[in-house]
Amino acid sequence: MTSPHPDTWMRVTPKGLFCEPAGVYIDPSRAVDRAIISHGHSDHARPGHRAVLATAETLAIMRARMGADRAGGSQQAMALGAPLDINGVTIRLVPAGHVLGSAQVVLEWRGSRIVVSGDYKRAADPTCAGFEPVPCDVFVTEATFALPVFRHPPAAGEIQRLLASIRLFPERCHVIGVYALGKAQRLIALLRQAGWERPIYLHGALIALCELYESLGVPLGPLLPVPPLQKRGKAEAGLAGEIVLAPPSADSTPWSRRLADPVSCAASGWLRVRQRAKMRGIELPLVISDHADWDELLATASDVQAPEVWITHGREDALAYALGTRGIRARALHLVGRGEDEDEALPEAAPEPAPAA
Amino acid sequence: MSGSLAAFADLLERLLFTQGRNAKLALLRDWFASQPDPDRGIGLAAITGDLGFATAKPAMIRALVAERTDPMLFDLSYDYVGDLAETVALLWPAPEHPEPPPGLADVVAALELAPRASVPAMLADWLDRLDVSGRLALVKLVTGGLRVGASGGLARMALAEWSGRPVEEVEEAWHACLPPYLPLFDWLEGRGPRPDAAGAPVFRPLMLAHPLEEADLAAIAPETHRAEWKWDGIRVQACAGPSGRRLWSRSGEDLSAAFPEIVAAMEFSGVVDGELLVLRDGVVAPFGDLQQRLNRKIVTPRMQKEFPAAVRLYDILFDGAEDLRPLPFDARRARLEGFLATHAPARFDLSPLVPFAEVEELAVRRATARAEAIEGLMLKRADSAYVAGRVKGLWWKWKRAPLSVDCVLMYAQRGHGKRSSYYSDYTFGLWRGEELVPVGKAYSGFTDVELVWLDRWVRAHTTARFGPVREVEKALVLEVVFDAAQPSSRHRSGLAMRFPRIARIRADKPAAEADRLEVLAAMVGKG
Ligand SMILES: [Zn+2]
Ligand SMILES: [Zn+2]
Repeated sequence: MTSPHPDTWMRVTPKGLFCEPAGVYIDPSRAVDRAIISHGHSDHARPGHRAVLATAETLAIMRARMGADRAGGSQQAMALGAPLDINGVTIRLVPAGHVLGSAQVVLEWRGSRIVVSGDYKRAADPTCAGFEPVPCDVFVTEATFALPVFRHPPAAGEIQRLLASIRLFPERCHVIGVYALGKAQRLIALLRQAGWERPIYLHGALIALCELYESLGVPLGPLLPVPPLQKRGKAEAGLAGEIVLAPPSADSTPWSRRLADPVSCAASGWLRVRQRAKMRGIELPLVISDHADWDELLATASDVQAPEVWITHGREDALAYALGTRGIRARALHLVGRGEDEDEALPEAAPEPAPAA
Repeated sequence: MSGSLAAFADLLERLLFTQGRNAKLALLRDWFASQPDPDRGIGLAAITGDLGFATAKPAMIRALVAERTDPMLFDLSYDYVGDLAETVALLWPAPEHPEPPPGLADVVAALELAPRASVPAMLADWLDRLDVSGRLALVKLVTGGLRVGASGGLARMALAEWSGRPVEEVEEAWHACLPPYLPLFDWLEGRGPRPDAAGAPVFRPLMLAHPLEEADLAAIAPETHRAEWKWDGIRVQACAGPSGRRLWSRSGEDLSAAFPEIVAAMEFSGVVDGELLVLRDGVVAPFGDLQQRLNRKIVTPRMQKEFPAAVRLYDILFDGAEDLRPLPFDARRARLEGFLATHAPARFDLSPLVPFAEVEELAVRRATARAEAIEGLMLKRADSAYVAGRVKGLWWKWKRAPLSVDCVLMYAQRGHGKRSSYYSDYTFGLWRGEELVPVGKAYSGFTDVELVWLDRWVRAHTTARFGPVREVEKALVLEVVFDAAQPSSRHRSGLAMRFPRIARIRADKPAAEADRLEVLAAMVGKG
């Protein structure tokens, strides 16, 4: 008997990708009965499912972000690599290398195998387990950075540029705009690897998830909240020579008056295109991403040896074309609610509202 | 040892993203301190636009990358990035094990010598050896697209700060050297004498005036001071001698190519200081006319005929090789008059002194001077030597009372550096029928306390956000003062203001009672 093609048992529905024989959705965009969640970012992990399957770390992140009551009626933790049978479908979670707890969902039914990779990257990340390629019949991939202009440089080099800037501007404070889950902790861990032992200062919005990472066994070193201004109204800003992490755009709010003449930095794969970084008024763009770049997308498609690749969101035209030239069939799924990956978002660009006199 | 192009690429990138002047100065100081010769001087010349070699056409770069990339992926990428140089830098397929990157000095030397036909192969070899930032820097360098917002004036300020020498001395020595400025760096690092221009038509830093405050008037008297008109053109320095002629701007930019008729008229040997103007039958045209001539690399005979340029002289620095700068103002003035009488160069005339018996008389003349080409009065100490820079108490500028209109705040933008958390750049408009049309932008004139108030007002009345820009409720009236109004095809309102600044916040005034565009239109040519 030949194995059934995955498109006979995996369906694209308005709520997301649905495994029919197991009766389970993967990263559904709306509340469902049974969901497998690849990782904790809000475009993958939504509140209100009746039953949720995920890694213990992802479940902890969901509880921390949504509150225990909204993070799933029942939560079942799955150890990485351990198989689980639901109605004859064998399900395994395999590391995706994206953020702490992130996993690819491997589903096998009657000898046919599909891998739903969620978001992933291939570069090393001290805060999470590295991506493991699993050979399959269909590989489901993101395409956030699917253009050959996106090639992320080694993150260590970007950290060195940040440290060089701190040496050059000792009287200023460096504020890095990052999102709370994943990027913040990876940057801290990279700074520790580069020998930065001083306390790293955090905007209030980042503290809870950093504490959670530490409690889940990811050491981040000394972290402190950004102290409030000493005297009201007086220009007595502080933290010269220090590193502050804050949500993107926080350095344009009154909060930033606590800081000494801040150098506005940001960390994202989008910053590879310098014109865009400039439009957003970023002084020091750091090209650090938790998503696969162009080379990683192509290498991964080849590593998993799949004859067919489904693309969930991103720049599917370029990736589908490039896979086609390599003899791999590609299909765009146009999943609803994806593409605004919170870990890569940037403050919006400015139009030219008025002439300069 | 040759410095790497990677270090230069890094400097360019930081300069491109940095808005604050102080931060740019810090980046340049670090460049001078950390780079070897001749690279630091070559990098400096590249940034200030003083490097001369034939540049490559973008089409050639495009052909190079087309040989190495898939056309479909190139199109998708170019479409996304929008800038050819950057697309090429990002897309260029680097070899697995590249050769070490080329040095900046090697690249520039090779480009200066290379026959045009061999440039593509050289470029391809270098691109193979560079990372993304290096490739972008190289492409911008060879296509002449290096614009990072660092002028020659800023670079010389950074040299002065880095070396601890006065900026005026650096200015003069700079103009006595050519890239890569080796004698300049030798002097700045204490290894050699100060480079001397000796007869060459180099720029000599100008003497500048302080704005006159009400309290300073007490020190002015007809016995000790001379008065002259402050013409509304641009300050220039004309240098001519056996080794050449140059027309310099106030900040030491070379304007010679833009004003060939002035250079042709410099039939003298010496250095004079004056105001560049458009002059028709002895009548000074509005500043807008001069603007038609500025910023143009090539000037047509028709432009010269339509907007004839002239220089109205204030002062003399050198007569032949004789340095007159140590002489008192009165003595230099006599020498200037004699100089003009002797040489009588076409297109040069003398700015007359404004005689006065008492200070009140000057106040009246300043207030009633309605010729639009007059910005106000200059008051100079009769015994002052010509000292480079803005030395307090010697020269004063006493500008005419500004014009003013009541505008409505439309947009606010975040400032830079220390002001980056404040909405400190304001775009305002005037009524045309039922709609507001933007007429200008200002980021000065208010106090720190007013800035805090304005920032809070902007945040509380935002109706839309575009990155660093907020659109606000059309509800706040600002009294805007400016030096002149002029027609402008670049502005939707058809009008532009010169030096607008916020004089007062008129929170008391309803927006509907702000001025109409006609009010500003009627001020054109007044000022
Ligand atoms: Zn994600
Ligand atoms: Zn995602």
